[in-house]
Amino acid sequence: MPRITVTVDGIQYEEDVEPRLLLVHLLRERLGKTGTPVGCDTSNCGACTVMLDGKSVKSCSVLAVQADGCDIVTIEGLGANGSMHPMQRAFHEEHALQCGYCTPGMVMAAIDLLRDDPEPSEETIRQGLEGNLCRCTGYCNIVRAVRRGAQEMGQAVSTS
Amino acid sequence: MSELDPERVAEQIAQSDQINEPVATSEVGRPRKRKEDARLLTGRTQWTDNLSRPGMLHVMFLRSPMAHARITGIDVSGARGLPGVVAAFSGQDFAAEQGSLPCAWPVSEDIVIPDHPPMAVSEVRYVGEAVACVVATDRYRAADALEAIEVDYEPLPAVLDMNEALSPDSPKVHEAGNKAFSAKINSGDLDAAFRDAAVVIDRTYIQQRLIPSAMEPRAVLADTDGEAFTLWSATQIPHVLRVMLAVVTGIPEHKIRVIAPDVGGGFGSKLQVTAEEVLCLLLARKLGKPVKWNESRSEGNLTVHHGRDQIQHIRLAADADGRVRGLQVNLLADMGAYLMLVTPGVPMLGAAMFNAIYKWDAYEFGCTGVFTTKMPTDAYRGAGRPEATFGIERVMDELAAELKMDPVEVRRRNWIKHEEFPYTTISGLTYDSGNYEAATEKAMSMFGYDKLRAEQADRRDRGDPVQLGIGVSTYTEMCGLAPSRMLGEANYGAGGWEHGAVRMLPTGKVEVITGTSPHGQGHVTSWSQIVADALGVPFDDVTVLHGDTAIAHKGMDTYGSRSLVVGGIAVLKACDKVKDKARKLAAHLLECSPDDLEFDAGAFKVRGTDSQKTIQELAYSAFTAHALPEGVEARLDSEATFDPENYSFPHGTHLCAVEVDTETGMVRIRSYVAVDDVGKVVNPLIVEGQVHGGIAQGVAQALYEEAVYDSEGNLLTTTMADYLLPSAADLPDFTLDRTESPATSNPLGVKGVGEAGTIASTPAVVNAIVDALRPHGISDVQMPCTPERVWRALEGVRP
Repeated sequence: MPRITVTVDGIQYEEDVEPRLLLVHLLRERLGKTGTPVGCDTSNCGACTVMLDGKSVKSCSVLAVQADGCDIVTIEGLGANGSMHPMQRAFHEEHALQCGYCTPGMVMAAIDLLRDDPEPSEETIRQGLEGNLCRCTGYCNIVRAVRRGAQEMGQAVSTS
Repeated sequence: MSELDPERVAEQIAQSDQINEPVATSEVGRPRKRKEDARLLTGRTQWTDNLSRPGMLHVMFLRSPMAHARITGIDVSGARGLPGVVAAFSGQDFAAEQGSLPCAWPVSEDIVIPDHPPMAVSEVRYVGEAVACVVATDRYRAADALEAIEVDYEPLPAVLDMNEALSPDSPKVHEAGNKAFSAKINSGDLDAAFRDAAVVIDRTYIQQRLIPSAMEPRAVLADTDGEAFTLWSATQIPHVLRVMLAVVTGIPEHKIRVIAPDVGGGFGSKLQVTAEEVLCLLLARKLGKPVKWNESRSEGNLTVHHGRDQIQHIRLAADADGRVRGLQVNLLADMGAYLMLVTPGVPMLGAAMFNAIYKWDAYEFGCTGVFTTKMPTDAYRGAGRPEATFGIERVMDELAAELKMDPVEVRRRNWIKHEEFPYTTISGLTYDSGNYEAATEKAMSMFGYDKLRAEQADRRDRGDPVQLGIGVSTYTEMCGLAPSRMLGEANYGAGGWEHGAVRMLPTGKVEVITGTSPHGQGHVTSWSQIVADALGVPFDDVTVLHGDTAIAHKGMDTYGSRSLVVGGIAVLKACDKVKDKARKLAAHLLECSPDDLEFDAGAFKVRGTDSQKTIQELAYSAFTAHALPEGVEARLDSEATFDPENYSFPHGTHLCAVEVDTETGMVRIRSYVAVDDVGKVVNPLIVEGQVHGGIAQGVAQALYEEAVYDSEGNLLTTTMADYLLPSAADLPDFTLDRTESPATSNPLGVKGVGEAGTIASTPAVVNAIVDALRPHGISDVQMPCTPERVWRALEGVRP
């Protein structure tokens, strides 16, 4: 069984894994990182989105062995200094979650789309979140939250 | 990167709430941000699939690949010796103990409720029905071992088309035949209405089959200590489920505890007693070990009950001035292969809704439930009411077109006027309050109705390849399920009350226990607002417990937009009882008569003096019990049930503008305005969120979603790649506002909002598409109105 080393939310793990083990199952069932949920089996819904070396991936479509040597951030490790990430706060402020099942992936995808466009238009946000499905909100408040999160992240950058 | 500090997170949430909200005198009506959010936003969730028990095993089910077949042989022995496999079973192994999955709503005298074994024993009747299972140390091993099970099937003919199913020479789904039930309701003289009518509109509409698609797939975990059982499930109905598990399996009710932990959406799909819940419980009993099942999405698309699926034949008779005289409705409703919890009740919920907001002289409703070899249907957001609303709102537009009248004007000539409330409709319901004029006027003004009509005329004149269509939907619905008396009259197997309890803790904090079972609706926040006002305690001092039958010991759960209207009121009533107890104690401590006390801002004050006791002080006095008066017990805790005397009737006007590209068939929603009247609002933020999501699901039915079976009865839309759930890129923003006609059937004046958006929006969108295309001779487009369907409709009428 291959041995891999991964860093997840700042902690390094060494694990022997079956080659077929999905990254999301490594996270959830071996490392107890149940903050990242699974919503489908065809990588359509995006609920399992995490950051892999700084870029968002759907962790159901990555094998654990492919993550060997990588740095992974999940929704559980997104905050800094004990505080929530501005995007998490923005989702709260804009009531951008109801059941909350898509939320971890949605927040990750939102942060990722700002890497390409720190001040996205509504259209850009809607296109950028196309790979993440939500059944509760109709996306209206998610779009608002991403705009707010972008503003707050922009301010955080300009004042740091 | 660092772990989150829960206190810091709570502080941040509290800060953001303070920054963004003005100081309000009343909690009810305030856009409070949700208490639920922090946990959900930081991944500290308790989804059923997150839970683990020592020694926990995983079960996976082998499912029928055939729509209809006799099981002639089944051999699970190949699975038994494989690595990690603990057990493998077929239906025969459960036959003596598995019972039959329940149907709680025998809607007619002639109803046929076939035996519904959780695991098929001798015959399968839809693709996806469980025939065997493997229990293993992990899900990968279980999946491997399923491959080693051998099943011999003798194919039987699939039954897929409702009309064909009812012909005498059709193959049968069940021995008793393919008709599940028939029902008819008559009111007024229909013959007279049609005989004298200047106009008769005769239309057939198809409500396509939908897959509810809550984002959290189902999951079940069952455990036992050898005597009692605990079952965690991603369910909307822990209380109903507990009762039904006892009835189905024979395990005594008091030995079963059901917990609905965090539940990731339901929309009716988790209002069910499922095969997997029963089988996990039985597996825990057989093996004496905790057993978990989690559903894959493709498994879920096959086996989570589907929604809608009706053929509606509607005839409407009207005078030349647009006044409707009578309506005749005949439904065929696809039950699928079995009757599940409320399967036959769903189309019957529409019976009283085809007359919608309108007045007329005669009405006839007939419905036939039909068995097919497909996944059973059952409640999906709106359950019967979206179907009825679609039918009538489409037909009202057809009447307007026939008479060359504006669709709003046709509605205006038929709707119940504001001054006519309360109004008893042709189908016998009494609408307590409403103001269709106000909602419509507001919506038209926000929408820019006249300007859009002008633009439409201009585009038509120019022959613009992109045509503009305007869709109107003036809906109402019956919700707040439900008055127990009325449910009894409808032969429903349970009541519609709800339970609430309030515990005053010694430190003055408040624990609320509700029988509702939220899965995204924000009950913890809204109930906290209600209690904060009722008891005069801070919003943050209230916590709300739910979803565990050992904690919330009584309840009827969450569906039918009932939670606030019934459950919220039960909590309010429990607060009243707390205050009654507190008043007696306060009078004793303040040495006055209870009548001398007034309750204000959380304290009992002796009128005309400074003397007072706060509710927190009284909670502590009750706890110490040092000086209790005669007949007062050492607690202020109280509980109450509430059973409404009537349904509630939200209504509203939704207007949709679409651009239809007549060359490609592409439909784009240009603007969408919704003015809803859901009575008094406890939390406007949450209400808006419910309306947003509701509209999105209704739009999805209009434009995107359809569960498709092939001619052999195989579901083709088993994945999210095939079943098109709209993404952010597929939907517009929605412009919302409200009017407020308080309900008179409950003390908060609330009406419920969970389903309104879905009920309203589907006809608004389709009416808009048809409106755009009517000059092309098109009077209907079958849902979902995909570019291909629109294009084909256009091609069909082009010279």
